Amino acid sequence: MIEKALKGEPRYYMWLVFLLGIIGVGMGCWFYQLHKGLGITGMGRDISWGVYIAQFTFLVGVAASAVMIVIPLYLHNYKKYAKVVIFGEFLAIAAVTMCMLFIVVDIGQPQRMLNVLLHPTPNSILFYDMIVLAGYLLINIIVGYNCLLADAQHRPHPGWLKPFIWLSIPWAVSIHTVTAFLYAGLPGRHLWLTAVMAPRFLASAFASGPALLVLVLLIISRVSKFDPGRDALQTIAKTILYAMIINLFLVGMEVFTAFYSNIPGHMHPLQYLYAGLHGHGKLVAWMWTAAPFAAIGVILLLIPSARRHHGILAFACASIFLAAWIDKGIGLVIGGFIPNPFHRIIEYSATFPEISITLAIWAIGALILTVLHKVAIAVREEEASTT
Amino acid sequence: MLGLPHRTERRAKRERVMSMNRRQFIKIAGLSTLFGLGGKGAFEILRPGMLDAAEHGHGAPALEEPAEPAIRWGMTIDVEKCAEPGVVDKCIKACHSVHNVPDFGDSKDQVKWLWQDDYEHTFAGNENQYMADHVKEFPFLCLCNHCDEPPCVRVCPTKATFRRPDGVVAMDYHRCIGCRFCMAACPFGARSFNWLDPRDALNEKEYNMEFPTRGRGVVEKCNFCVERLAKGLMPACVEAAPQALAFGNLADPDSNVRQILRKRPSMRRKLELGSEPSVFYLV
Repeated sequence: MIEKALKGEPRYYMWLVFLLGIIGVGMGCWFYQLHKGLGITGMGRDISWGVYIAQFTFLVGVAASAVMIVIPLYLHNYKKYAKVVIFGEFLAIAAVTMCMLFIVVDIGQPQRMLNVLLHPTPNSILFYDMIVLAGYLLINIIVGYNCLLADAQHRPHPGWLKPFIWLSIPWAVSIHTVTAFLYAGLPGRHLWLTAVMAPRFLASAFASGPALLVLVLLIISRVSKFDPGRDALQTIAKTILYAMIINLFLVGMEVFTAFYSNIPGHMHPLQYLYAGLHGHGKLVAWMWTAAPFAAIGVILLLIPSARRHHGILAFACASIFLAAWIDKGIGLVIGGFIPNPFHRIIEYSATFPEISITLAIWAIGALILTVLHKVAIAVREEEASTT
Repeated sequence: MLGLPHRTERRAKRERVMSMNRRQFIKIAGLSTLFGLGGKGAFEILRPGMLDAAEHGHGAPALEEPAEPAIRWGMTIDVEKCAEPGVVDKCIKACHSVHNVPDFGDSKDQVKWLWQDDYEHTFAGNENQYMADHVKEFPFLCLCNHCDEPPCVRVCPTKATFRRPDGVVAMDYHRCIGCRFCMAACPFGARSFNWLDPRDALNEKEYNMEFPTRGRGVVEKCNFCVERLAKGLMPACVEAAPQALAFGNLADPDSNVRQILRKRPSMRRKLELGSEPSVFYLV
């Protein structure tokens, strides 16, 4: 079945070569980083996690969001998702792989990574994160591969897969909950020390992940004969809409709690992000880019006639994806470190090698996604031609 | 609260169980190093309280709750004395040279075990704006607080940072994977990561050959001079400024630090977080 990834049009190969080029540049930068140390990044003693960990956090959400397709299909027998669920599962595989790579490039001693398993430490959330992420990757490989294999051989999905599919549902919730707990359990970091962290993570994940899936499916429907189905896309769009509204509601909760209580420590990071603090405001422009895109995305998806137009649907999904990415992939992690424990404001900007490495990992994710989706498209096209 | 024994009650109980004053302890610890690390003193440093439980025949000690530690190292810092010329610099220099702490200047890659800040920033969030002007100008020495409930230890995924029974929060540089979770967790900004190769920022001629240098990609911080305590010596900063800093056993009501704390008002950083720092500022 995998051999189907090898047969493609020239533009398929050109896309792969393009991704490999980005990966090549990033690999070079990574070797440089291994040689010199993480000092070549913008991170430092005050902003000790940067764009790598932020991407990791964001992508755990993208991975978890496959559950938004799995639940309607397998728990509610919503058949219109039967053809697209595999694309969601493969998106999860690509996203989890990227998460793991972002951890590898972020840690100072990657060759010692297995110490997490050699010296298991149940009081560390990172220990659980490693377990749940590896488990989620495995579940999605098992389920995705075997479902597609059965489709390719024109036989029903094997029954033994059912427990794995059911398991994948709470497991998806667990990966993002555990990731939120990495932040929410730390004393003295006011932006993160909030009980709504995990719910907010899940809400923004269930908006941004399916938004990415819709974009991918729209591209696939243009470059191949596979049709994801109008109804399937519309239902995913509604999921995105509700999840994004819940996410924005939870952001509002954070703002209310911080500002009505008037506790300086709780207000400072939010002030830094949205207004600037003591003359420092590198992220203000980012945050105020995210806000209108979030609003536009929600409004467009709320209007049924707009949502049904594929061009507008794509724009709305891209807006929501961008807004969620800025919120979680930039603001949340970096904002949490500002001000520092001494109430000083030290700002952060990513460096060229850091951005190259980040882009390379995104390119690896895109490469995995392209190859896996190529196989899935080939199987779907075959199905369409035989029926 | 909820009928659980309060921390101070537990501490009082622990004090009744075992009373060895600092002088005795250091004497034994020093002697034991002479005979190689293996005597009772050494055992007490590594697993305080455990030996007592075993010696007094409470049955199989491994199956029992270990006795409350008899040693809880702590430090007092007299900020007024720190204001005397040269004191702070002498402490920092002593610490950083004995531990081969690299000097990257005042940059984002900076590594520091002991440094100075002012009142307003050291006590950020708890600062009293009407504090006497001279206090606002005193230098406050900052270091790892060696918390009773260290958040850094709680989050470490490999036990590379751990709390010893005597209260010292220590680091294993060979196990640390450099994930920096501990740096995010520490509310005191006391941890440093080796962003670059620390050996490049050290003068080879000034290496202290008795303490390891670190490689890049691991976290480090003040270790309360465990390597010196094992030899019966005081921490390097305390030795450099004995008039300003005192180090001793908080678990012993007659120890030097407890006597000082009984007499003088003191402050600790961010008590509201419940990490229970063991560094006390005397103002």
